[in-house]
Amino acid sequence: MEPPTTDVIQGTLDLLILKTLSLEPMHGFGIARRVQQISRGVFKVNPGSLLTALQRLERAGWLDSEWRHTENSRRAKYYRLTGRGKKQLEAETADWTRRASAISRLLKAEG
Amino acid sequence: MSFLRQLAHGLRALVNRRAADRDTADEVGHFFDLAVAELIARGHSPADARRLAQLDLGNATLLREEVRSSGWEHLLENLVADLRYAARRLRRSPGFTVVSAVTLALGIGASTAIFSAVYPTLFAPLPYPAPSHILMIWDSNEGERSAVTFHTYREVAQRNHSFQTLAAADVPLWQPSVTSATQPERLDGQRVTADYFRVLGVAPAIGRDFRRSDDVLDGPKVVILSDTLWRLRFAADPEMVGRQITLDGDLWTVIGVMPRSFENLMAPAARLWRPMQYDTEHASKFNTREWGHHMNMVGRLMPGVSPGLARRELNEIARDPLPVFPRPPWANLKFGFIANPLQGEITRTVRPALLAILGGVLLVLAIACVNVTNLLLARGAQRRGEMSVRLALGAGRERLIRQLLTESLLLAAAGGALGLLVAKLALGTLVALAPVDLPRIGAITINGAVFAFALAVTTLIGIAVGLVPALHATRNDLQTGLREASRRSAGGHQFTRRTLVVAEVALALVLLVSAGLLLRSLERLFSVNTGFRAAQLLTLQVHEAGHRYDADSARFQFIEQAREAAERVPGVAAVAFTSQLPLSGDQDGYGVEFENEYNPQDDAAALRYAVSPNYFEVMGIPLRRGRLLTAHDAAGEARAVVISESLAQRKFPGADPVGRGIRIGPGSGNVKEPWAIIVGVVGNVRQASLAVNETDAVYTTAPQWYWVDNPMSLVIRGSGDVAALAPAIRRAIWSVDKDQPIVRVATMEQVVAASEAQRHFAFVLFQAFALVALVLAATGIYGVLSGSVTERTRELGVRAALGASRGNILGLILRQGLALTGMGALLGLAAAMAASQAIASLLFGISRLDAITYLGVVVLLIAVSGLACSLPAWRAARIDPATTLRAE
Repeated sequence: MEPPTTDVIQGTLDLLILKTLSLEPMHGFGIARRVQQISRGVFKVNPGSLLTALQRLERAGWLDSEWRHTENSRRAKYYRLTGRGKKQLEAETADWTRRASAISRLLKAEG
Repeated sequence: MSFLRQLAHGLRALVNRRAADRDTADEVGHFFDLAVAELIARGHSPADARRLAQLDLGNATLLREEVRSSGWEHLLENLVADLRYAARRLRRSPGFTVVSAVTLALGIGASTAIFSAVYPTLFAPLPYPAPSHILMIWDSNEGERSAVTFHTYREVAQRNHSFQTLAAADVPLWQPSVTSATQPERLDGQRVTADYFRVLGVAPAIGRDFRRSDDVLDGPKVVILSDTLWRLRFAADPEMVGRQITLDGDLWTVIGVMPRSFENLMAPAARLWRPMQYDTEHASKFNTREWGHHMNMVGRLMPGVSPGLARRELNEIARDPLPVFPRPPWANLKFGFIANPLQGEITRTVRPALLAILGGVLLVLAIACVNVTNLLLARGAQRRGEMSVRLALGAGRERLIRQLLTESLLLAAAGGALGLLVAKLALGTLVALAPVDLPRIGAITINGAVFAFALAVTTLIGIAVGLVPALHATRNDLQTGLREASRRSAGGHQFTRRTLVVAEVALALVLLVSAGLLLRSLERLFSVNTGFRAAQLLTLQVHEAGHRYDADSARFQFIEQAREAAERVPGVAAVAFTSQLPLSGDQDGYGVEFENEYNPQDDAAALRYAVSPNYFEVMGIPLRRGRLLTAHDAAGEARAVVISESLAQRKFPGADPVGRGIRIGPGSGNVKEPWAIIVGVVGNVRQASLAVNETDAVYTTAPQWYWVDNPMSLVIRGSGDVAALAPAIRRAIWSVDKDQPIVRVATMEQVVAASEAQRHFAFVLFQAFALVALVLAATGIYGVLSGSVTERTRELGVRAALGASRGNILGLILRQGLALTGMGALLGLAAAMAASQAIASLLFGISRLDAITYLGVVVLLIAVSGLACSLPAWRAARIDPATTLRAE
């Protein structure tokens, strides 16, 4: 049996995409798989949300894209992090860490 | 940056939709391929893998749509598509489109026109800097406003700490005459204290303002011109300042010209201004013009002082007389001051009427909307099938509603554009119809605010009119919808449509009742006994100008000669003169004191007329007691006074006033003044207006009054068309002296009609509103019944087949229609009773709940709706059962 999956937490999809792309340029499916693998199958990415998020991030100037041809002569769109995207990633990471530690502190205090 | 990139991406997608679509399709396709490949790698067969990928990722087409619709350009695309679709749909049913657009255009046009007419008066700030800081201050008498005296103004000016500047202006216009090559002319001007323009906050465009040193007794003869006068009479002479002009035979120096934009709201007719130059000394002498109630006082508040604070200070001043400021009994300020912002004071008398008219036109607009909503509902019913199919095929409900709303907004936009045209046309008529004393009538135009109003109304209507039909049309009961495509049973939309018709009838009834009440008020008013016979009377005002008329005797001689000259004109039976003409706006009253009266406590004041002895006969004012005035009541003889019946009854109830002593005006309260003798009592005459029953009056001959009035009005009784006598009479008067201006030429009947211009204006508008409302309501009833008959064709056919007679079916449909009307009428009656409060101030002589009006209106409404029902009913009665049953 596959372990239960859960949808990506609201608002963190951008962060996950940026993080994944910071390692290497990748296409949409690759990003989805990578997120699933790294999270050990905890997060499952909805393709609709992923593709619209990619379009949004590209328009925001954080991603660049290029079309490559695959072996079975399909066109594949590869995304790459831009300089501004790196800065955004840093900012979002810092923000996330701050929140996460605050939440875990809260949970500990509760316990 | 990011915004620009968004824009660029979006635009690229818009411009090259196909490439953008292909990109999306490729990306989604690639995603799928990889997912399938992964599944195959895990050991699934290709077919299985494909199916599992579908299950996991969802429909590829929907996925593409989702990605596609995430950009902003998508909304725009939808909008354009919706607009194109809506336009196509509207074009395809031109009848519906034209009727709805015209209905909306009427509603929007009428309300926009009315809004633009009332906007400058009711809503726009006055055209002065910080207008809310300008207060108008009245003396008061038992809560009623009364003009202030000059010495009251002086006292307040010196004692207050609330106002930066305070000014007073004479209420009666200063009307100097100018002689020119063509015709003598009388100008309308205003006599103001030095700070008048500073209170308003407007300075002359060229030249200088008045100074305190100009405003002293026997001060310099200086005037400030309005821009209009400067352009019309002096050809906009740039060297005007410093030039001298001749007014009333004197040379006056022009010191300034007001800016073109200056609106003189206190006296809109005034075209030039002179300093007040009243006597600031001798305040303890009470029988002077400086103690007459004939001034408007305005003040500009100090920064930080509220109107309430200023009011408190004013009333403290009123309560606390100082010996240095003596006060006569008629200006003792014992009731305090009334002080309010200028805007409210200027529009005070017209505001209720204007608000009622605005309310009326909004009702018309509401009815127009209800009508169009009903048309849209009917159309929606026809499109039920289409909508159900689209819903069944997976169209989102929101998407359909948005599309239907686009359609109604487009319709409203068409109506709005047409409506602006209607408004532009209507506005001209409206301004021509409006009473001339409507404040700021010159400022009425279609401006930004009006445009914004029209736009807001149009948008609101687009949504309001479309929403209910859209919700109805997209209701999620696919089964019924699809079934109904074959049109069998009447759906719930009939209920909504009926409700709307009931509302429409109710609204129409409110307007009809308002119009009815106004009509009956006007009837009452014009049947009021004015106290004189207006028919066959011509009136005009003669102004005596120039120094040769400085002496009272010269003025009297001229007016008497003019009277005689006019009497010699063929077609003229008799001519009289009077210092004030009833119902013309003249209002000249004085305090009176009686010898041995029964009612000495209550202060008496009465209208004062200086007349020629034949005035009563010419006007047709009946003698009740004693005698009329005669030519023997001349200068030097004992003063003879005729009083009105109402004054006689109030002061001498049950007794004969003839032979008693009376003192009037300057003589009143002065024990050294010999008593004048009351020689007769005449009938009451309405002076202020038909509605105001203030008829206490005293009459003397002109030579027996303390001065000879100027101007005087001539009243001319003639035969045939008295208006046609005017040119000959003018020539006759000018044969005595060609330099005397003759103004205000009108038949007495015109004078009477003009005195009720405001009510008449309201009535004409409400009549128009009511008519439109009635027609719209009738169409609404017709539409609903007609739709219902169409939908019930089968049922009616069955009824006919089972033996219902034509009469039965006719009755059935008529009953249905009249039930709607009846319900609407009932609701409308309740609404009208409440709404009539709004026009209560315009009514005269009838209750706002006048039963006859309400009954008459309901009968009219039922008759009209019966007419509207009869056509569908007749059609229903002619349904051939054979045809209907065969159609099954």
